Amino acid sequence: MDFLTLIQLLDSTVRLATPLLLACLAGLFSERAGIFDIGLEGKILAAAFFSAAIAATSGSVWVGLAAGIGASLALSALHGVASITFRGNQLISGVAINFLAAGMTVLIAQSWFKQGGRTPSLIGEARFTGITLPFADALAEVPILGPIYAELISGHSILVYAALAAVPLTWWILFRTSFGLRLRAVGENPAAVDTAGISVVGLRYAAVAICGVLCGIAGAYLSTALQAGFVKDMSAGRGFIALAALIFAKWRPWHALYATLLFGLFGALETRPDVITALTGMKVQGQLLGALPYIMTVVILAGFVGKAVPPRAGGAAYVKER
Amino acid sequence: MDVMPKWAEVILVPLISLILAAFLSALVILAIGEDPVAAVQLMVTGALGSTYGWGYTLYYATNFMFTGLAVAVAFHARLFNIGGEGQAMLGGLGVAIACLYVPWPHWSLALLGAATLAALFGAFWAAIPAYLQAKRGSHIVITTIMFNFIAAAVLNYLLVNVMRPKGSMDPATARFAETVHLPTLHDLLAPFGIAFSKAAPANVTLLVAIAACVLVWLLIWRTRLGYEIRAYGHSETAAKYAGISAVKITMVAMLLSGGLAGLMAINNVMGEAERLVLNAVEGAGFIGIAVALMGRSHPVGVFFAAILFGFLYQGGAELALWTSIPRELIVVIQALVILFTGALDNMVRMPLERLFLARARQKGNV
Repeated sequence: MDFLTLIQLLDSTVRLATPLLLACLAGLFSERAGIFDIGLEGKILAAAFFSAAIAATSGSVWVGLAAGIGASLALSALHGVASITFRGNQLISGVAINFLAAGMTVLIAQSWFKQGGRTPSLIGEARFTGITLPFADALAEVPILGPIYAELISGHSILVYAALAAVPLTWWILFRTSFGLRLRAVGENPAAVDTAGISVVGLRYAAVAICGVLCGIAGAYLSTALQAGFVKDMSAGRGFIALAALIFAKWRPWHALYATLLFGLFGALETRPDVITALTGMKVQGQLLGALPYIMTVVILAGFVGKAVPPRAGGAAYVKER
Repeated sequence: MDVMPKWAEVILVPLISLILAAFLSALVILAIGEDPVAAVQLMVTGALGSTYGWGYTLYYATNFMFTGLAVAVAFHARLFNIGGEGQAMLGGLGVAIACLYVPWPHWSLALLGAATLAALFGAFWAAIPAYLQAKRGSHIVITTIMFNFIAAAVLNYLLVNVMRPKGSMDPATARFAETVHLPTLHDLLAPFGIAFSKAAPANVTLLVAIAACVLVWLLIWRTRLGYEIRAYGHSETAAKYAGISAVKITMVAMLLSGGLAGLMAINNVMGEAERLVLNAVEGAGFIGIAVALMGRSHPVGVFFAAILFGFLYQGGAELALWTSIPRELIVVIQALVILFTGALDNMVRMPLERLFLARARQKGNV
């Protein structure tokens, strides 16, 4: 495998990892606060549709992004009402949200655009395009480092850089601010937080809202940056891979970056079977590669390779003592 | 705890949830510029207006009975088996192996053999997440979700690389032999002089599904094991204190659940397609969640909820055929049913409980 192929492979790794990373950090905020969220998939899908639809009609990708975040936040609010206010089952609520998004996006897309459940293709200002970092063209001729900078680091859409910046930001919020401390505490021992006079419900709603914003960006990235428009079911299980990455990362921000990059690499390799054959000298099945994130997550969950322990109060609604 | 009378618990709460879901669905139909009344009329005539429609409704309902029972049995042990989809896929693999590689002399023996293998394969696919939950404490919801994806990859691999007949481009197995063809409702009802549509796929598996409903009822409410499963579901600590093994109940409940989900394959793979195709389950495993929630995890409830969803499915197909409402409307209705009967259960229940409490107090005072 030559150097340029490697650069291309890593470049598509970054592109494919970005939505996973955003969704994974979204899940991290929610689950650290004790709210399980298997509805990441649905939120990404809803955001992907609304950002593409609004970008197509308004002509501005930024308005589209806002609409995507709005759609994702609406589903987050539903999840919050069901699982925080009405103390319903968080997992069932997540399942419902996934189906709601899967059905509604096609229904609305069909009645809105009449193109068989897709949006028109996005062109020009309605799409996020790659931004060239300073000196990328000038440095491209430098051996080794030049192509790495010009091809791999430069040239992504702004959302990719935003996702990468979200990693240290998440770490800082969770581990260096009092809000983060409280948020983690509410996922471990909500009663203690309540005793300290801090609202458990408020904190959990805040976490679910942050989760909604991040899923919204992930969805917008899918339909306005990675691809140019929405197609039916375009999230294609990414919400669940992000969930797998979250477990793989054991609910830690930096590890979430590594896990999603790893799963992004699997995705990139799946599209380049020639590279795998060249690397390993044998034909590896694409299906196996696609299933690898799930298999690895099961192994991690089983605790054979370092046990993943979720936040202790996760999945349980908080009931004040009466 | 028992604020509400039993009839309210069993009938009123699901009914109100259903009405809420139906009301919101009607709003959705209005919002996309269609007439909800006309849509319902079309669904009713399409799904229930002819034996052809009934044949499809009952065919879908058979699938949902199996997957609904699967989710319900696990619910009784307070386990959320979200992996019915994958277990039913593996069940399909079992059916295909039984039908392709064994020369059955008669369909009844083939049904027995295929059902056994389907249940075994489904149970096997549930066994690994169950073991990991029981012994290693990994969350069953996450592992069963992962196993759905792994099952899809396994099936994809097998159908593309192993089981596809030579020369065929289709990722599917060869057609099953004529001898394993299951009698349809048309064949079964003909001796009684009842004319039933020949084209509809409802078949003898419907009777197996009804038998499964009865057996699950017997198991859960009339056997020691069922009692243990329910006790474990109500209070894990109390069950442990009573000498009930958590590992055993988790394993048994999940094996039963997976087996039931796997059994669905005799309907869709053996009864309808008569070969194993990619995505044969078509989301029926997930609909099982809605069916179990609506049926309150009781076999009788599951039976009626499955028929309701069978009606919705067939009616939805008719809608997609004759109007501009896409099939995905059914997915929305399914989501709303899961939302109201599952996640927002308390929203319906709390005001009702208050109402009954107030009435009880009034009676007490007078």
